[in-house]
Amino acid sequence: MSGKPVLHYANTRGRMESVRWLLAAAGVEFEEKFLEKKEDLQKLKSDGSLLFQQVPMVEIDGMKMVQTRAILNYIAGKYNLYGKDLKERALIDMYVEGLADLYELIMMNVVQPADKKEEHLANALDKAANRYFPVFEKVLKDHGHDFLVGNKLSRADVHLLETILAVEESKPDALAKFPLLQSFKARMSNMPNIKKFLQPGSPKKPPLQEKEIPNLLAIFS
Amino acid sequence: MWVVCDFSSGPVVLLWKGNQIRGNMSGKPVLHYANIRGRMEPIRWLLAAAGVEFEERILKTKDDLQKLRTDGFLLFQQVPMVEIDGMKLVQTRAILNYIAGKYNLYGKDLKERALIDMYVEGLADLNELILHHEFKPANEMEKDLANILDKATNRYLPVFEKVLKDHGHDFLVGNKLSKADVHLLENILWLEELKPDVLAKFPLLQSFKARMSNMPNIKKFLQPGSPKKPIVQEKDVPAVLAIFS
Repeated sequence: MSGKPVLHYANTRGRMESVRWLLAAAGVEFEEKFLEKKEDLQKLKSDGSLLFQQVPMVEIDGMKMVQTRAILNYIAGKYNLYGKDLKERALIDMYVEGLADLYELIMMNVVQPADKKEEHLANALDKAANRYFPVFEKVLKDHGHDFLVGNKLSRADVHLLETILAVEESKPDALAKFPLLQSFKARMSNMPNIKKFLQPGSPKKPPLQEKEIPNLLAIFS
Repeated sequence: MWVVCDFSSGPVVLLWKGNQIRGNMSGKPVLHYANIRGRMEPIRWLLAAAGVEFEERILKTKDDLQKLRTDGFLLFQQVPMVEIDGMKLVQTRAILNYIAGKYNLYGKDLKERALIDMYVEGLADLNELILHHEFKPANEMEKDLANILDKATNRYLPVFEKVLKDHGHDFLVGNKLSKADVHLLENILWLEELKPDVLAKFPLLQSFKARMSNMPNIKKFLQPGSPKKPIVQEKDVPAVLAIFS
């Protein structure tokens, strides 16, 4: 009964990683219960803890929240990372949803069939370089502020940093043509809560390795 | 320059630039999408439920989409896009969240919003299955439909039946109409088009459906001639896919 949020998921990034990032950026300590085998997921289901029989699930403020976006919206709202009014929220939502599309592409790469992997990754990196990063470079250029919306840290900045780092894992020079995103990345990485999350030993999860896939499929199938 | 055009529905003031209509001063939201349900339908539903009249610019060819892109109107080169309150909003959830917030369909506080979001996101997962069903190849349709109906009747509909049973209210959250109720009705009706007796085991959802369908704004949206789109016909599928290819 520590009062800390409890995250229920497999020991992998998947759909929980953006939740870990946002809690960390907000300076909120949390606990994790890892699903290691199918029975662990089954138990959560039969306990009635999962509204739609799925994880992620986060125990927070007396609720058992499911659905990644619902969880992220709640955390962002609670910790003032969701803008100051409807119009700022609209901008934040647009940016976050675009980043979610890109992140989905990157995340799905490791589960592609072997003969499709290269093409899939090339498409993801192409989208990053031509559809998504230019948008955020331009946003920063147009207003000249440190943060994407309202001159204040929001979840959009956290998701952008998370996505930049994930893309760089596949292509280290992904930001070569985006000087403002480079300085954004440096600034954000230096903020105390985020700097701590980027240290070894933090709850931040490493990229998915192929050898982990069979066990994960066993849990979720 | 601003030009007054006299349409059969009444005069409309349009911004005319070059030889194209570039903006509209009616103040109504303008929806840009193909003439299908797809990812725009929940937005049509929500605006209608909120009693907000809107206009639609229908994309008919790939060139229509390309033009929006080259004009710089699409933040991520994609539709749906909705012109509203001086913004060109993209991303379905961003658009829905804005409309819900503006028209008080998003609960009264963070915890109500959390419930609404959970319900809406679950329904969005179901809706994602349903909206793609129209475009599946013929040989996959039967299996796809079986999967949709299985998820609907075993994973999603029971949740909402129980929510209504547990609190006994007319609406899902906070005893007040919210976007969750609108999405639930939209998905129930679409499921019924695929399987008319899909609500057989869900008496509270049946009365929910009847009550919701009778609310004035929604009743109007359910009449023929409203912006509500039909299920896409097989013959129209290739033209639609060509727009997005």
